[in-house]
Amino acid sequence: MSDLRELYQEVILDHYKRPRNFQKLDGANRHAEGHNPLCGDQITVYLHMDGDVIREISFQGAGCAISQSAASLMTTTLKGKTKAEAEELFKKFHEMVTGDGGAADPMELGKLAVFCGVSEFPVRVKCASLPWHTMRAALEGADDAVSTE
Amino acid sequence: MKHAVHHRGTDDPCQECLVGFGPEKIREDFPALSVTVHGKPLVYLDNAATTQKPQVVIDALTRYYTQENSNVHRGVHFLSQVATQAYDGGRTRVRRFLNAAHDHEIVFTRGTTDGINLVAQSYGRKHFRAGDDVIITAMEHHSNIVPWQMICDEKRTNLKVVPITDAGELRLAEYERMFTDRTKLVAVVHVSNALGTVNPVREMIALAHKRGVPVLVDGAQSIPHMPVDVQDLDCDFYAFSGHKLFGPTGIGVLYGKAELLEAMPPYQGGGDMISAVTFEKTIYNTLPYKFEAGTPHIAGVIGLATAIEYVERIGRNQIAAYEADLLAYGTELLSAIPGLRLVGTAKDKAGVLSFVVDGIHAHDIGTILDMEGVAVRAGHHCAMPVMKRFGLPATARASVAFYNTRADMDALAKAIHKAIEVFA
Repeated sequence: MSDLRELYQEVILDHYKRPRNFQKLDGANRHAEGHNPLCGDQITVYLHMDGDVIREISFQGAGCAISQSAASLMTTTLKGKTKAEAEELFKKFHEMVTGDGGAADPMELGKLAVFCGVSEFPVRVKCASLPWHTMRAALEGADDAVSTE
Repeated sequence: MKHAVHHRGTDDPCQECLVGFGPEKIREDFPALSVTVHGKPLVYLDNAATTQKPQVVIDALTRYYTQENSNVHRGVHFLSQVATQAYDGGRTRVRRFLNAAHDHEIVFTRGTTDGINLVAQSYGRKHFRAGDDVIITAMEHHSNIVPWQMICDEKRTNLKVVPITDAGELRLAEYERMFTDRTKLVAVVHVSNALGTVNPVREMIALAHKRGVPVLVDGAQSIPHMPVDVQDLDCDFYAFSGHKLFGPTGIGVLYGKAELLEAMPPYQGGGDMISAVTFEKTIYNTLPYKFEAGTPHIAGVIGLATAIEYVERIGRNQIAAYEADLLAYGTELLSAIPGLRLVGTAKDKAGVLSFVVDGIHAHDIGTILDMEGVAVRAGHHCAMPVMKRFGLPATARASVAFYNTRADMDALAKAIHKAIEVFA
């Protein structure tokens, strides 16, 4: 059970059951769609960019606890951040969930550190990273849907 | 072969067998069933994806590669003759297993998918025309959809789909109404991998034959669970995979009626499928070699033949009866779990318990069950149209073989309860 609790931490379950910023964003000037064809997870990330700053961010979608809570926590983290800060957080988050982090300090990730257990579950890494890949596609203004495959 | 063996080469149930059918003995024949996963004993319930292999199959592969390895139908030397004999003997064993009329109606393929592609690219390419129809069903695996879409796109042939009920049964009245004088082929799954439904293929074939339409049966999920007699079914093609029948991956069988196979052009060109080659003209080999270009999967055939021998010794009627009891037990157990819904509740089912649980995604169920040592499949089961029909992104699927026990079902139910607890 301890391993399971490491993956399914209370914060993760809370954000799965009560996702934050779960709506279409009125006034969004960027958005992107992402999906994981293997498990059917799909997500749309909306951004309201003010120059280089993410003024508002929201998402809609359906999927597993990991992908949906990762999306929810991502939106609460990125609001007010610059594009460069978002990219840096993505890099650290990705290193943490893939276990490639080396000496990365989980404290730098704040609440996002609850996903550290994902690295023990290689098949679930795509679930946790799908919202982030989708957010980056929205930042870039890409029109193509993001796929984990 | 000391376990569960009472008689060779027959499927007649005998009292001794029914009494003597002991999964705990049978389990000893499968080394992979004793591994531990995350410190827990493996409960392997992903048999619809692939089955474990009995030691006799593993030994047969080792023996071939250590003592008999040689190419077939080539050399005059000793080993080549040994290999050829084992390879051809494998074909005879498959023919008997399916009760086909002739050895040359048995074509070795890479698996079910390869067999269906062979029929689509050879039979379909020759016979389909613009405006013709091919009938498939709404519960097909992608392997019995996409090969038909490819040839139908090319030939501008229509693909018609028999709808299914909420229980996951085919709407047979609609099937019957779908036939026109342009219907060229029916391709139907015998047992659905996503729902477990056993389709009434014998009746469906009779209906098609009344209109002169041939039928291909996708047997990937029926061959491990029940006796299959291709002459009794009167199917025109029947395809299955060795690895779902306790044999190796990469080997499969396409059965085809001789007169149909004879009239079909080759699928692939190369060695073994010719009898004479000049730059002006090539004369193709006779059946079944016409459809077996290149060096075949000799070890695979030997492994498959050994697996078939093993299954025959246990007896397919005994397997079917035992698994029906196990499935009924599992169905009752899972149905009693609050918030759990079985997907696929046909009256006639085999092997599969597909389900969803309120508030927990199938992917999360799969991970939590895995931590308990319970291996199930979570996802769309390569049957995305089935998932769409039921409005689901994915299901969790437990699928049984004759080596599974009621204790495995208990472990499954217990692990699902754990998942519900985690998400409470």
